[in-house]
Amino acid sequence: MNITKNTEAERLNFWERLYLPEIVRGLGVTFKQMVKFPKFTRQYPEERFEPKGSYRGRPVLVLEESGERCVACGLCSRVCPSLAIEVQAADTSKDKERYPAIFEINMLRCIYCSYCEDVCPEEAIVMSKDYDIVFTNQQQAILSKEQLLVPVEKLQDRLEFLRQYK
Amino acid sequence: METQTILAILLEAVIKVTVVVSMVLTLAAAEVWLERKVSAWIQNRVGPNRVGPFGLLQPFADVVKLFMKEDIIPSAASKNFHRLAPFISLVAAIAVYAVIPFADSFELNGRTIHMGVAPNINIGLLYILAVTSIGVYGITLAGWSSNNKYSLLGGLRAAAQMISYELAMGLSLIGVVLIAGSVNINDIVRGQAGSILYWNVWIQPIGFLIFLTSAFAETNRAPFDLPEAEPELVGGFNTEYTGMKFGMFFLAEYANMATASAFMSLMYFGGWSLPFSHELIGLEQGSITLALAQFGMFTLKLFAFLFFFVWVRWSIPRFRYDQLMSFGWKILLPTAIINVFVTALFIVLSL
Repeated sequence: MNITKNTEAERLNFWERLYLPEIVRGLGVTFKQMVKFPKFTRQYPEERFEPKGSYRGRPVLVLEESGERCVACGLCSRVCPSLAIEVQAADTSKDKERYPAIFEINMLRCIYCSYCEDVCPEEAIVMSKDYDIVFTNQQQAILSKEQLLVPVEKLQDRLEFLRQYK
Repeated sequence: METQTILAILLEAVIKVTVVVSMVLTLAAAEVWLERKVSAWIQNRVGPNRVGPFGLLQPFADVVKLFMKEDIIPSAASKNFHRLAPFISLVAAIAVYAVIPFADSFELNGRTIHMGVAPNINIGLLYILAVTSIGVYGITLAGWSSNNKYSLLGGLRAAAQMISYELAMGLSLIGVVLIAGSVNINDIVRGQAGSILYWNVWIQPIGFLIFLTSAFAETNRAPFDLPEAEPELVGGFNTEYTGMKFGMFFLAEYANMATASAFMSLMYFGGWSLPFSHELIGLEQGSITLALAQFGMFTLKLFAFLFFFVWVRWSIPRFRYDQLMSFGWKILLPTAIINVFVTALFIVLSL
């Protein structure tokens, strides 16, 4: 390879080496940006982001009228790469025969990968649209079954998305 | 002198000092707001808009936050110097305003009142150059006393930068002094009064560019903010400072920026003088209304330069250290010297 223009002085022409015209040009670029009105800013607590069905927020358990869908098979707990899910099964006299006596998700561990949702045979655990998840201590971050259960009507977007793309 | 006259003079001085110091601090707050807003606009953001209308109270919220912060002195630091350093920076930054005239003097009840603490002294320009240089002691001392290699490097850079650019700055001002024939700031401003065409910037364009560049270096602003270059030096000289001590460096930087802006408008852009004859709008020489109009003019120019400072900061990348040095010594200084000789030649020939 033959590099002819090697030093900085050779690469730049006179005006570029003078530096000042280029500074003025740079100032022009930023000035153009300055007079643009920012279009993308959302005034967060007042204007909230409304996610689509494809959004992976806090994982939740689906609650139907007859009770939770979950049959406590424990697949989600097994597949969870960050070991965030804890399930303990118990017997019940209902049709499904089994239900989770304890179902906990540690939100400090959850990485929102949605593997639990993919692996669930009952479509009982799905990702919701919750994204402002705040805790003041570590104990609070472990969500119990009662905190995880969400009525099925509120999860229609996600369930539809799963039916279409899963 | 009678005791009463002495008391009157003393009272006037105290009032002036209070007004000027609170004005400088308010100005620094306004600059913080301006900086945050302008940088936001340049980056297509909105900027602070929560605290007060248009986020105008943001600087005060910042100060409250800084006061609440824990004040940490590193255990290995040289404690007294570590405490002293921010005060030196801030005091030097504020002391400069003693000689800056905000408007022409006016007559009130038969007394001549100067707009400024002591703007009419004969060594005004020298005083400003001298006191702004003292500020670097604060930075260097902060860097050294922190006992941290990043801080030390930042402090050393500040000192080296100051020496390199102070020379070019002083030499570029000699052109202005030659034209005005005085180092009294009011005289320099009066020489430019009457019309935009009399401004020194048209007579001394090269001198102005040199002064502008070295003013950026003197105030440690981008593209010459090497003493606190975050990517290389963590935080530079203020790495080990927390709470209001950091706040004082911050304040000093902004006060210095305002000084540089004021200085620039005084030396090259007519300072407080109106860009047209004051008889044109029917104001009397020495009247209080004229003084207020001039004060407004000066503030306008000051803010124009402050805006320019912020604008440049968000447009131009930082210089490398060796580039900074070779630029200062090999380009700025020779140009400044040539500028002085050419100006002197013209003045000798035209006499």
